[in-house]
Amino acid sequence: MVGAAVTTKTKWALRLVALLYLALLLIVPVGLIFWRTFQHGFSPFWHSITTHEALHALRVTLEVAITATVLNTVFGITASLLIVRHAFPGKRLLNALIDLPLAVSPVVAGLALILIYGRLTPIGGWLGHQGVNVIFALPGMVIATVFVSLPLVVRELVPVLEEIGTEQEQAAWTLGASAPQTFRRITLPAIRWALAYGIVLALARSLGEFGAVAVVSGKVVGQTQTLTLYVEQQYQNFDKTGAYAVSVMLAMIAIVTLIAMTLFRPKER
Amino acid sequence: MAIDVSHIDKRFGDFVALDDVTVEIADGSLTALLGPSGGGKSTLLRVIAGLEQPDSGTVTINGNDATKLPPQRRNVGFVFQHYAAFKHMSVFRNVAFGLEIRKRPKREIKQRVQELLELVHLEAFADRLPSQLSGGQRQRMALARALAVQPNVLLLDEPFGALDAQVRKELRVWLRRLHDEVHVTTVFVTHDQEEAMDVADEIVVMAGGRIEQIGSPDELYERPANDFVMSFLGPVTRLNGRLVRPHDLELLASAAPGAVEASVVRVVRLGFEVRVELLVNGSDVWVQVTRDSSERLELHSGSTVYVRASETAIRPAVPSIATPAASG
Repeated sequence: MVGAAVTTKTKWALRLVALLYLALLLIVPVGLIFWRTFQHGFSPFWHSITTHEALHALRVTLEVAITATVLNTVFGITASLLIVRHAFPGKRLLNALIDLPLAVSPVVAGLALILIYGRLTPIGGWLGHQGVNVIFALPGMVIATVFVSLPLVVRELVPVLEEIGTEQEQAAWTLGASAPQTFRRITLPAIRWALAYGIVLALARSLGEFGAVAVVSGKVVGQTQTLTLYVEQQYQNFDKTGAYAVSVMLAMIAIVTLIAMTLFRPKER
Repeated sequence: MAIDVSHIDKRFGDFVALDDVTVEIADGSLTALLGPSGGGKSTLLRVIAGLEQPDSGTVTINGNDATKLPPQRRNVGFVFQHYAAFKHMSVFRNVAFGLEIRKRPKREIKQRVQELLELVHLEAFADRLPSQLSGGQRQRMALARALAVQPNVLLLDEPFGALDAQVRKELRVWLRRLHDEVHVTTVFVTHDQEEAMDVADEIVVMAGGRIEQIGSPDELYERPANDFVMSFLGPVTRLNGRLVRPHDLELLASAAPGAVEASVVRVVRLGFEVRVELLVNGSDVWVQVTRDSSERLELHSGSTVYVRASETAIRPAVPSIATPAASG
């Protein structure tokens, strides 16, 4: 029975370590933010998140995140079909490039975008003449957000596409279904949960993005300010209540996303 | 001819999958493509269906050149080894798929699917998902799905390959009966010679991307074109360097014209049959005899007998010395 006692002890020790780690890094900080936000009741919170600036930041955040997620969904489906179903020169390169955003710091990505689309560069200058401003405007923020959330949909879809194989699609072809019909009736239903999970991940990443957007947006208050940028600004202006309140809003969005993710995931198994 | 395949070549990189393959498949026939794995039979079937593009050659289906047609426009039914069931659709929707794509009226679809489900004995399972069916039931569903669109030809790629032995035999008999009822030109791929002999009217033997012989099961068994076909279609042994069926060898107690001396190595009783292993001039030969003749000759290991091929022994039309598959 000594052996059993040791195993039980080890088990408890491991649990304690894991819980402590989570507590220090996650539960305590997030809990403190919630506590600070609501310590004087609900109305300061409500007041802080309904200011004109905060609401505008929310709108900008949603616009940027949703546009980027739609773009990455379309790109993600196309790229994963390409990677799984087709052999072509440069496939390994494409595969590696898709993971690049995970390795590159978002700030660096933002700077790189300025180097391409900034007003003093050929591309940026030309676009400016056409009346399209990329940097310090929504298009740049969308591109930056697309960049950081690029791999998420692809990495969810590739293993599922590999697993389902091509026989169902081929069977559909022999039954007369065209390529678009086959995609809509056979492929899409087969990948739907993985796709939903990938979209939720990409959306969550897009909503919380700070670094790349901070660089390309110019942080123009009331114009290109997202929620994360708003939090930073309020904090630096010593409006802690405002910063905490909007943080709580972001945290709540994250919790909803988390719930959505756990809803999608088990159905996949 | 329902299917006319002419001078088809197909390579995958350096691998030659089909090498100048020409074959005609008669209207309403049930044909087996038989051969070892990697012999090109599945590739040939996929070329007929349009799922693979040949490098050269033509495919004609019901008199129309189909070589350049996509699979959608060839009107073939295709059944896959692993069923390729549409996992998210009920059995009914699976079978209805081709008809829905063709935008047939709802009532017609319903009636046709009912008929097909009765034909494959799945009428009680219409609302189930494929995952709730056994392997044999899934394959019957796949067959009904392929038949729903009234295909010109029905192509089956190792249709029983993923099933266990018992179900396999049942489905075999059932496919034969189904074909006698429906009469659609059917081609199926198998590596099991017994399956091919049991089910098909016509067998196309393939190996190494080439056609070795085409004929009825009896023709192939009795008049094999070469050593490969002979050894693939039944048991063989080699006497004096020539291939012969073990039951076509005679054992004699004393020397006789054409018989060679042999010493018995082992006598194995397998019920009614007796398998006698001999050593003839230093090489192994085995003979299949009845229990009676084994007892009459008093065979036991170490005894000496005389062996020769019977007058009616089957020989390959083109004898060759040593083919790789002959030992198998």
